[in-house]
Amino acid sequence: MGVTFNFGEFAASRTICGDTLQEMGTRNEKIYVMTADLMRTCSVKGCKASFPKRFINVGIAEQNMFGMAAGLALEGNIPYITTMATFASMRACEQLRTDICYQNLPVRIVATNAGLTSTGGATHNAMEDMGVLRSMANLTIIVPGDPNIAKDILLATENYPGPVYIRLARGKGEPIVYQPGEVDYQVGKAIETRQGKDAVIIACGVMVSQAVDAANILEKEGMSVAVLDMHTIKPIDEEAVKKAARDTGVILTLEDHYTIGGLGSAVAEVIADGNLDCKFKRMGIPQLFPGFGDGPELYDKYGFGLDGTVDTLRDMIRNS
Amino acid sequence: MADRQIVKELEEKAYQMRVNLITLCGTFEGSVHIGGDLSMTDMMIAWYHYGLHVDPKDIQMPSRDRFVLSKGHGAVGMYIAMALKGFFDFDEILKTYGKLGSAYGMHPCKVNLPGVETSSGSLGHGLPIACGMAYWAKVQEQKHRVVVLLGDGESQEGSNWEAALAAHQYKLGNLVAVVDRNRLQLDDFTENMMSMEPYADKWKAFGWNVVEVDGHDMGALVDAIDNLPPVSSDVPTVMIGNTVKGKGVSFMENNPDWHAGSVSPEDMKKAIDEIEEEYTKRREGEWA
Repeated sequence: MGVTFNFGEFAASRTICGDTLQEMGTRNEKIYVMTADLMRTCSVKGCKASFPKRFINVGIAEQNMFGMAAGLALEGNIPYITTMATFASMRACEQLRTDICYQNLPVRIVATNAGLTSTGGATHNAMEDMGVLRSMANLTIIVPGDPNIAKDILLATENYPGPVYIRLARGKGEPIVYQPGEVDYQVGKAIETRQGKDAVIIACGVMVSQAVDAANILEKEGMSVAVLDMHTIKPIDEEAVKKAARDTGVILTLEDHYTIGGLGSAVAEVIADGNLDCKFKRMGIPQLFPGFGDGPELYDKYGFGLDGTVDTLRDMIRNS
Repeated sequence: MADRQIVKELEEKAYQMRVNLITLCGTFEGSVHIGGDLSMTDMMIAWYHYGLHVDPKDIQMPSRDRFVLSKGHGAVGMYIAMALKGFFDFDEILKTYGKLGSAYGMHPCKVNLPGVETSSGSLGHGLPIACGMAYWAKVQEQKHRVVVLLGDGESQEGSNWEAALAAHQYKLGNLVAVVDRNRLQLDDFTENMMSMEPYADKWKAFGWNVVEVDGHDMGALVDAIDNLPPVSSDVPTVMIGNTVKGKGVSFMENNPDWHAGSVSPEDMKKAIDEIEEEYTKRREGEWA
């Protein structure tokens, strides 16, 4: 693309993903792109133009879309399903589990509007998708830390074995963290976005940039905070979690998802299983159905916006 | 009209399949979905031994017809119909069915048994999967069919009707949905539970070519298969086979208690005697 991005600016991950899928589908005839009346929302109109026979818009029928994807994959193809995270993880949950994961089929799900980013209220937010999906055997779950990494992830998973769930935020404007090509992306390998000695924020998705902002604020107060971009929620990078605990003894997880079931739970499992000695807290959406508002407004309302993150981490470091 | 010799051979296979089903049901220490296995028997034989272009020696043959068992609880019926064709060994099925490490379980698992086209068992999943297979075949201008066997009770699942819309929209003339219309589901008769009638009209309203056939009349099944629209046609076909759950065993027929079960040694003998008697009568009568 040749565009330069700066940290803190915004780019639309859905446009980047739509363009990338169009590129991929144009050169790889095994690729099918599917959607359920969300072609515009998921920015995959270009796929319809470039390979109309391999672009399937099933109407508002997610169960059939996931079943058809299984059928296409059984015939040796690589279907990419694009829809909102709430419908991908719940409306067609059993088709994903039984038709796709059970048979370990290479279906990719590109899920938009995850967390509190949709502005549509609880019906269109997906606060629990990772919790629902993380226990599904064979499924890889990836949350891009910024829109540029989303492209790397799509390319890196093109021939990845088994099903992959890629969790995007709203897709219309996520904060930039990385320059295109800056990171040598590998599935399952956490990115050390920022170095630090006193604590580590393990974050994913849109929360990576907030974690960097929080670390920058605390640096002015004399605290050295690392940020680990844990883009692959499953299988999680256990070594990176262990190193974080060993090096700093203070871990805070930060995610736009319920604190139950997602990144925080995954990190807690590594800490508990490994008997790791560290201070640990999870930040994310509390157990409620959030009201209306945009993502940053809701993060503040429920205590895991920038201020809440800084305050929580400052207390953890001072008390450590 | 169906070739008399072909029909005779198919009826013999169906007889063998029923005897094998009862033998397994009487041998396995547990419940077998025998009622639906017996209702789908003649249709399974008609397809696997006549209608489907498949080769047990080349299970990945690209030009093969695809068969999807959407009513996954009919797995034993599929295993045995396929074993009679040479895909599997019935003795191995009989010895290992449902046991630890077996490839043959209550619901088919493609990971363990590559001869089947897909895993199934949760109802309402087969038609969408078959649509995906048929869609690909159409895009690729393949000449094979995709045949999917549905239970009638299963048609209560809404996902079938999402797929029925899609098959019509995408002009999947290479897709045939076969329905085992035995009018019973686990708890009761379908019409008492959640009425399906007018069943054929529902498919017609979704734009499908509808064929109704006596699902136990081998000649009629062969004719129905012979008269299918060509693979290149633009309309999917549903072949509604009117059947009897438990067909061939008097104490199982049309009896809601026989969705699944096991038979005692005495009942096993009684059931096999009845199946043999019926088959002998048929052989001595019509073919004398």
